[in-house]
Amino acid sequence: MSESEAQRQRPRLAVVKFASCDGCQLSILNLEEDLLAIGQALDIAYFPEASSDMKPGPYDITLVEGSITTAEDAHRILAVRQETKALITIGACATAGGIQALRNWADVESFKQTVYPSPEYIQSLSTSTPISEHVHVDFELWGCPIDKHQLLRVITDLVIGVQPRLPGDSVCLECKRRGNVCVLVAKGIPCLGPVTRTGCGAICPGMGRDCYGCFGPCEGERKGPGLPPNTDSLATRFHQELQLIPVEVVRRFRGINGSVSPFRTESEIWEKKT
Amino acid sequence: MGTASETHAVLPTTDFQRLLEALSMKGYRVVGPTVREGSVVWETIRQVSDLPIGWRDQQEPGRYRLEHTGSNDIFGVVHGPQSLKPFAFAPREPLLQIERSKNGFTTSSTFPQSEKVAVIGARACDLAGLAVQDRIFLEDAYRDPYYAARREGLFLVAVNCTRSLTTCFCASMETGPRVSRGFDLALTEVDDSFLVEAGSEAGRDLLSGLSLPPASEDLIGEAGSRIEACARNQVRRLDLARLPQALYEAHEHARWDEVAGRCLACTNCTMVCPTCFCHTIEETPDLSHQQSTHVRLWDSCFSQQHGYIHGKNIRPTIKDRYRMWLTHKLASWIDQFGTSGCVGCGRCITWCPVGIDLTEELPALLTSGVQSSIANQQVGDP
Repeated sequence: MSESEAQRQRPRLAVVKFASCDGCQLSILNLEEDLLAIGQALDIAYFPEASSDMKPGPYDITLVEGSITTAEDAHRILAVRQETKALITIGACATAGGIQALRNWADVESFKQTVYPSPEYIQSLSTSTPISEHVHVDFELWGCPIDKHQLLRVITDLVIGVQPRLPGDSVCLECKRRGNVCVLVAKGIPCLGPVTRTGCGAICPGMGRDCYGCFGPCEGERKGPGLPPNTDSLATRFHQELQLIPVEVVRRFRGINGSVSPFRTESEIWEKKT
Repeated sequence: MGTASETHAVLPTTDFQRLLEALSMKGYRVVGPTVREGSVVWETIRQVSDLPIGWRDQQEPGRYRLEHTGSNDIFGVVHGPQSLKPFAFAPREPLLQIERSKNGFTTSSTFPQSEKVAVIGARACDLAGLAVQDRIFLEDAYRDPYYAARREGLFLVAVNCTRSLTTCFCASMETGPRVSRGFDLALTEVDDSFLVEAGSEAGRDLLSGLSLPPASEDLIGEAGSRIEACARNQVRRLDLARLPQALYEAHEHARWDEVAGRCLACTNCTMVCPTCFCHTIEETPDLSHQQSTHVRLWDSCFSQQHGYIHGKNIRPTIKDRYRMWLTHKLASWIDQFGTSGCVGCGRCITWCPVGIDLTEELPALLTSGVQSSIANQQVGDP
């Protein structure tokens, strides 16, 4: 195969955006020198955040940022799915609904009335939902934002044609590998690390602050009794030993990944105690 | 060996810097406990003031606090989350570098350079833990060359404990509080001086270079009685008399369900344990697929992947994982290695975010109790 044929056969990459802050797309650009390697391994065909040269589909790999919050987007994601072989969600919004999923517990109509002078122009769904509630997702990257090394790893796996696999372990495992002192035990801070998925490099505890769960529940959504993450036990510890009142426990679990079980169910249990 | 006063020397606290300098002169990077983020961690030190002078630790299940006492004690802090484990069994160890070649691939090993590291402040439990790891990594047919390279360069300056934490139970495990083997130098801090004894040829060599005066019988006696008092003051203990068999017989005990309700499966107990040795292997290819590094990482029997064997997770639930850990640590370890896997340091008690205490769990499990009602319940794979 000649060099030019190899170039032509590079997998075509698209990056699309829904309701999000663009931070995960910026994580791609933050790959810096590795971007050159990605540019060689893949044909970056559609990435409006990076280039105005937007080539039409179909694509081999599409990275999807953002959640579904409008009827228009609920329709658009179907087209994105049809245009791609592999669909990878990037970040808490696309994977879990994001911080904007807090609206799922609130009255969106009243928000509109309060914020906008002409709320009749706002066409928004009453919920924010992850991409997986709308179309089949081939792989999910967690984090707010995603970790650029995890992204690079997944792209590498896809290019070679193997199923990507990322660890589902708790943040604690990485904290201890790095020699961080546990902020929960040594400072009494309500850290979510024991129930949160690793992947960030344990950045927050490494800086002496608490993990707030931006990579979502460790080991994914709990699929049966007695399986991790044990949010019940951690929430009880927050309440009984660290003296968090129930509404504070609710806020701990109802954050960036608040709409994902078991964070969602845990916050709802403690909401009943407020 | 002569009389005690011939083998024991005295180092005034004000001269402690001389010990650090003597180690540096011998080419060692000197590492000691330093205060960080509310505990102590191992760091390279250059002067005595880098050590946690005047601090002491209070530990209880799920809780660690440092307090400043204003004393001149250098080793008032018993220990932090790290044992000696990371020095020889590195948390992240590249094993192989793999390069694609025309007809396949070539590999080259990535042995760590043997570095001379002097660790000051290791406790009896830490030395006992290291001895257990030595047994695992260095003995038998499978000698781990990566561990061996790191282990070879260690010079260990141990400190006898004269204060017990509420979480300590080394006395009942017969691993402390006095260091008995595996050290190069052992110190006992007695008011404004240190009783120093050598435990190896390298230690004797360093000690003779310091030209310290011999210790008085009074100082030796006082140090001994403080260590004995430390042992007497321990409030926790483990009774291994009926192990391993009794724990095997408790396999379906209802207590496993109870503790699984509290356990987070977060891996902290295994990470801070001086003897836990489980690891995983990660392949890290580059995007062009021309090279890859084969890396060994600390893993835990509480992690999801650890129980994953040919398409099935054989330990899906937290109960499965806690039972696996405790049964191995306290029972099957004895069958496997001829010693207990627990040295009584108490770290798993302190650093458990929800304060699970194995010295409470073991007696509860060995009390004839209700059999688990959900022992045979099927749980779906995660």
